[in-house]
Amino acid sequence: MSEFFHMGGYAPYVWASYLLGLVVIVINLWLPWRAERQVWRQLKRRRRNEERVCESETS
Amino acid sequence: MWAWLHRLGSPKRFYGWSGALARWSGWLSLLLGAAGLYYSLFDSPPDYQQGESVRVMYVHVPAAWLSMFIYMSIAAASLVSLVWRIKVADMVAAASAPIGAWFTFLALATGSLWGKPMWGTWWIWDARLTSELILLFLYLGYIGLLAAIEERDTAARAAAVLALVGVVNIPIIHYSVEWWSTLHQGATVTKFDKPSIDLDMLRPLLLMALSATLFYVTVVMRLARCELLERERDSQWVRALVDERQGGESAR
Repeated sequence: MSEFFHMGGYAPYVWASYLLGLVVIVINLWLPWRAERQVWRQLKRRRRNEERVCESETS
Repeated sequence: MWAWLHRLGSPKRFYGWSGALARWSGWLSLLLGAAGLYYSLFDSPPDYQQGESVRVMYVHVPAAWLSMFIYMSIAAASLVSLVWRIKVADMVAAASAPIGAWFTFLALATGSLWGKPMWGTWWIWDARLTSELILLFLYLGYIGLLAAIEERDTAARAAAVLALVGVVNIPIIHYSVEWWSTLHQGATVTKFDKPSIDLDMLRPLLLMALSATLFYVTVVMRLARCELLERERDSQWVRALVDERQGGESAR
């Protein structure tokens, strides 16, 4: 097992590469997640504001 | 054929099929990525010269491949947007840029991490490395240009032209290892005759590359859909979607 982590002496280079790959993947999962949250929040807020305007117009 | 393409490119239609595409390619990417990771770390031989450091390649090569693939996608989408004025193409191109920039960064960084023990240096101004660095600057320039111009359609058109001009860099990256005597090794997979790489190494490489490509498809579709919702916020179908979501939430 420790031989596996040792990577024939190239451990820092190999594991740093996989770690960086993971970081880039996580960032690219977070970007659309954030965008989706923002856009839906904004769309819902607009809708609520519209409804409020409609209500105040009818009353 | 053209009518069909235009229909697929209509915002409402696009929103429908892109969601399914994002989901399916996401799951498939996860599956192939898991298999690829297994082969690249556990079930592939060390290289006879590079030893275990060859495992960096299973991250590096897919990242480098994706950095060029995404750029070509941006260029293709830009062409479609300039010629046929399909708005969705603009959104796909714009959404691709940050993903492409990240994977170009990953290709450069993992290349460095492999270069240090193998070549004895983190960086060298070699043709392959330099042209890949230029690709990163092209992505950053593209993102900057989109952000700098206030008016949306003007920004999209200017960025599309930049993307198309920048395409010249892609063959330079690909053929750099043949045209100049570089330190970077030549191609072993994309050759017209049989690939000169061992099957046991080719397997994780292809799995990881395919997984990375599908990952890009998922992320770009999700990002483009957000942009689409924002631009189409006053249209009937988006309003209906919002009502549907809100109704679902209040019922919960």
